[in-house]
Amino acid sequence: MIHLEQLTKYYGQLCAVDHIDLDIDKGEITGLLGPNGAGKTTTLRMLTGYLLPSSGTIKVHGYSIEEAALQIKRLIGYLPESAPLYYNMLVYDYLDYVATVRGIERSRRMNRIRTMVGLCGLNGIMHKSIGELSKGLKQRVGLAHAMIDDPEILVLDEPTSGLDPNQIMEIRDIIRGIGKEKTIIVSTHILSEAEATCDRIVIIDKGSIVADGSTEMLRLSMGQEKKITLSLLNADIDRVRERLLDVEGISGVEQLGEPQDGELRIRLTTQGDIDTREKIYRSIRETDWIILEFSQETKSLEMIFRELTREV
Amino acid sequence: MAQAAIIFMKELKDYFVSPIAYIVICIFLLISGWFFFATFFLFDQANLRTFFNMLPLIFAFVIPAVTMRLFSEEFHAGSFEMLLTLPVKLSHIVIGKFFASLVFIAVMLIPTLSYAIWVSFLGDLDWGPVIGGYLGALLLGGAFSAIGIFASTTTRNQIIAFIIGMLLCFVLTLIDKMLFFFPAGILNVIHYLGVGYHFENISKGIIDSRDIIYFLSIIVIALYGAHLVLQEKR
Repeated sequence: MIHLEQLTKYYGQLCAVDHIDLDIDKGEITGLLGPNGAGKTTTLRMLTGYLLPSSGTIKVHGYSIEEAALQIKRLIGYLPESAPLYYNMLVYDYLDYVATVRGIERSRRMNRIRTMVGLCGLNGIMHKSIGELSKGLKQRVGLAHAMIDDPEILVLDEPTSGLDPNQIMEIRDIIRGIGKEKTIIVSTHILSEAEATCDRIVIIDKGSIVADGSTEMLRLSMGQEKKITLSLLNADIDRVRERLLDVEGISGVEQLGEPQDGELRIRLTTQGDIDTREKIYRSIRETDWIILEFSQETKSLEMIFRELTREV
Repeated sequence: MAQAAIIFMKELKDYFVSPIAYIVICIFLLISGWFFFATFFLFDQANLRTFFNMLPLIFAFVIPAVTMRLFSEEFHAGSFEMLLTLPVKLSHIVIGKFFASLVFIAVMLIPTLSYAIWVSFLGDLDWGPVIGGYLGALLLGGAFSAIGIFASTTTRNQIIAFIIGMLLCFVLTLIDKMLFFFPAGILNVIHYLGVGYHFENISKGIIDSRDIIYFLSIIVIALYGAHLVLQEKR
């Protein structure tokens, strides 16, 4: 569906996007994740035909951007960051204008606009000027602008930035609703958002792709190292260390704070892909320690993200 | 081309919903009317020559004010990104905006027709030069608005776009009034480059293809320049 090959963009000397290869299939919701300035927006701008790549190819549905930019633009609905619309126009006039430019026939236009009103919740603001709207409403008008032609591909650049939690939920619901039939690319720097809405996550840092896969795959590939937190009664750290380090797969024992009321909190680090919890339990059962807390955490997406995009 | 027409309609509508358009029209009518009538009774001749003689100078600062927003505003608001990612060709955007400003200038000129009608009651007005004058005014307006659009593509600041456009228009207007600064060898070239020489011909009622080609080529060069600047920005 979408095929980016060795895509590169230079702003003068600065390399914003550095030889990116990416294939996106039909029906996927892809999250483009990365810190600010990683090259997400630049990538999307090249895909949507706003910027020209310094080198590399973009192919959408077999059309290449050099030869058939207009066909590609027809296939893509794009919501730029912070929805820069014509602030002096009325919402209705604006949607009508976009529908006309996109070549929707007059007979279908009204129908499409009505569908957008329902889908994006624009009831009651159609005759307000866009400049007067709140940020969340502007964003919804922007979504309507992107979807009015029912495009096969939807590209949304930080669709929820600057919105309040309720508005974020609304936008997410809309995205998930349309994501069933459409190919969607969402850029964001908020992890929970990518996790909540996307099937696939592509992490970009300093213009290159550093990780690519479904949320589970990313967790699996990065989350080999697990941490187990234990709270024990009647135990002292030296004996615990001695006993638990003998358990296969445990590579570290670390005390968390001073014991309080005889309760000792420790954190175990495990290596490899084996589940050590059973062995830990059996080992502890042989003693007279009492387990108050026993939990295992895999690395969160947040930790993966930080690890991949950390300044070195 | 249908899309250039859509852009044209949208831009034209934008002109007339904003108060700035009416302010510009008022200023234009005040200045041109004052210049015309200040000397009209002194010369005691039933023609519009003084009006048309002043026109290049008045246009040189009114038209850049009309065109300054066409691209600068889009850059400033960021809406250019949205416009360019719609299925529209860049050249159609430029052409649509150009014709919108040209039609605006035509509308701005309509009230001045009353001068001609009024003068025709006072004396025996020769309509040939008047028709030529209005045709020339449209060509001149087209040339200056193309230059103004070019200036507007160079910056996101409307004031700077206005100043650049005004400077370029003034150079073209005044260059043939400063011939004594130039060496004799290139005098003819400089004279030919100036707007005044060509505009005077047409406003005398002499419609010469060279003058029409001169204005059309300024329009094409300036719009092509605007297209190049926009392309370079990507």
